[in-house]
Amino acid sequence: MDYSYVIAIPLIPLALFLLLGVLSKKIPPSISGWVGSLGLGASFVLSLYTAYHYYFEGKVNGVYQTIIYKQTWLAFSDKLHIDMGVLIDPISVMMLIVVSTISFMVHLYSRGYMKGDDGYTRFFAYLALFSFSMLGLVLATNLFQIYIFWELVGASSFLLIGYYYTKPSAVAAAKKAFIVTRFADLGFLIGILVISYYSGTFDFTELNNPEGVMITNWASTSFMGLSVFTWGLILVFMGGAGKSAMLPFHIWLPDAMEGPTPVSALIHAATMVVAGVYLVARLFPAFHFVEEGFALNIVAYVGAISSLFAAIIALTQNDIKRVLAFSTMSQIGYMMLALGVSKYDGHEGLGFMASMFHLFTHAMFKGLLFLAAGSVIHAIHSNYLKDMGGLRKYMPVTHITFLIAALSISGVPGFAGFFSKDEILAAAYEHNMLIYISSVVVAGLTALYMFRLYFGIFWGKDTQYQHTPQESPWSMKFPMIFLAILSVVGGYIHFSEYISADHMPFEAHLNYSLAAIASGVGILGIIIAFILYKKETNFPDKISNTFGLTYKWAYHKFYFDEIYLFVTKKIIFGLVAAPIAWFDKHVVDATMIGIGNVTLSFSEKIKGLQSGKFQDYAMAFISGSVILAMILFYLWL
Amino acid sequence: MIEGISIYEILSLSSILFFIGIYGFFTRENLIMVLMSIELILNAAAINFVIINTYLYPDFLQGAIFSIFIIALAAAETALAIAIIINLYKLVSSVEVKDTEIMKY
Repeated sequence: MDYSYVIAIPLIPLALFLLLGVLSKKIPPSISGWVGSLGLGASFVLSLYTAYHYYFEGKVNGVYQTIIYKQTWLAFSDKLHIDMGVLIDPISVMMLIVVSTISFMVHLYSRGYMKGDDGYTRFFAYLALFSFSMLGLVLATNLFQIYIFWELVGASSFLLIGYYYTKPSAVAAAKKAFIVTRFADLGFLIGILVISYYSGTFDFTELNNPEGVMITNWASTSFMGLSVFTWGLILVFMGGAGKSAMLPFHIWLPDAMEGPTPVSALIHAATMVVAGVYLVARLFPAFHFVEEGFALNIVAYVGAISSLFAAIIALTQNDIKRVLAFSTMSQIGYMMLALGVSKYDGHEGLGFMASMFHLFTHAMFKGLLFLAAGSVIHAIHSNYLKDMGGLRKYMPVTHITFLIAALSISGVPGFAGFFSKDEILAAAYEHNMLIYISSVVVAGLTALYMFRLYFGIFWGKDTQYQHTPQESPWSMKFPMIFLAILSVVGGYIHFSEYISADHMPFEAHLNYSLAAIASGVGILGIIIAFILYKKETNFPDKISNTFGLTYKWAYHKFYFDEIYLFVTKKIIFGLVAAPIAWFDKHVVDATMIGIGNVTLSFSEKIKGLQSGKFQDYAMAFISGSVILAMILFYLWL
Repeated sequence: MIEGISIYEILSLSSILFFIGIYGFFTRENLIMVLMSIELILNAAAINFVIINTYLYPDFLQGAIFSIFIIALAAAETALAIAIIINLYKLVSSVEVKDTEIMKY
């Protein structure tokens, strides 16, 4: 089977970016929106075609093959070289579907949402750049290639968060996202260097090979009590945690909501933020086998803590996009913990499958939630819950699609989120009780904050609007309806037949008792939300007063931003950078300036010699020659 | 070879001429006068060539021919210098040395 056409999937958006970017002033908005959407549509169709061939014809003896097309790009030595190419295996094909579907839908949606914006064509150019980078990241064959595209998605995320560059808060948010993820990527880079230095390769296939250097030889090196490879993997995970907004690098994600809402849907909900999960999944065999999964345990606990932490904060936020941002962080924590508790072979690898399954369904329903939130924001021009209420009468399509997505994320039986969440909980239950309990709590909290949002927007108080809110145009409704359908039927795909840690299909069944507990908790959350938020009451205020301090802490996101500010401003800037700056200014610079000043004052004194009178010059010349002649005369005689 | 006059007197004369030229070159205020001083210096050199040829090597003619070269050279140089001075005059309406001091520090 020939898959070489897969290279066209990322190259189409690249061509779009160049076309729209170079000619952004020349192409009228009416055309650029269509050009962008059609290009992504082509990528979408190609991805579906690839998936069809790969999943139905890609098995050899019941095992999915890894297919690689690559070209050596930089050769350091015979063994160590950086390649560029495409890698096709079950998870990369699944990610192709996710990225191209969401990207296509967001392109269609943006045609309506961004209508009339000054930078309309520029916006589509950035979206195409992002799609190219993300698809390239998914298809990367080695650590270095994934790093290159990793930085490219970071850069396009920066451009899109700061899209409204005249708004100071957007500029600050873009800067924050860039700096925080860059800091995490520093760890990633060091991790890559450590791993490649000790294993002599960048290739994923080599690193993941159960007979390869990394997995067989991890015990031969050690550093501070752990294998060097474990350190490398922890550092690589640090990069993943930065992109995926895991603790403690999550602070950029809520602020990133300053970008246009389609961007939040595409980048900060469905695709870029799951790159960290994808990275761990990509290196899963290495994570699992090196040091008996020490690094993987870290992934599990970071994921579990982040998901609980984010769910608590999400309960208290009043900006609907921020609630969704924390919800994203919480769900990504789910994926991370599922990977973390997973084992390798057959049914033991349930967590791996569950994580990828949840990634897939989450992309659909969270993308939809953001698009629906964007539709609401588009209609009433506010992000805050206090300005909303009773919108179900004005925006029926948005209302229904939001409800479907909220039911899906809450894990109500029959919707996609139910199936994937159940697999995650089953995997956690089998391998780690503590993480299982925290995940069940998170499941309840998820339903609670999601329906707080739902009732707050669409029911609740009957807000009087200055302009009657209008339902969004078809360009926005269609992607929402499409994703709503996927948010239901996505759950009925038998993921375990297509995706597993060892590329061998296995049978995964619903665990009915666990499913009952999880959906029971979810429904309980919905009922509590119904009681508290269906009608405007003073219960919520009373409850938040009861919790007092805890509520205040959660409302301020547990003061993480303040801690970061304290560490960077007071400690790093104040105690380290300021003295160094003083030294630089008063010693290093002063020396140089002193040398300059001395030269200047000296030349000031002797500049009179340059009188401009040629007779003076001639006098100097002649007296000089006379003196020289006299000296020579004296020496020779 | 001139009767009753030795080479020393003539060399003294050319030395005096040379130093008058040097003195004039340094002290004159007018560019034309400076040019004339340069002529004096060149003439002193030309006299030296002729006299040394005549007194020391009467059988040869190189010194005399060389002095003709010097005269030709001096004429060319004077033409050039006069052209420069005329242009300078057009520019600053003066041929004084002190008005040419614009190229300092």
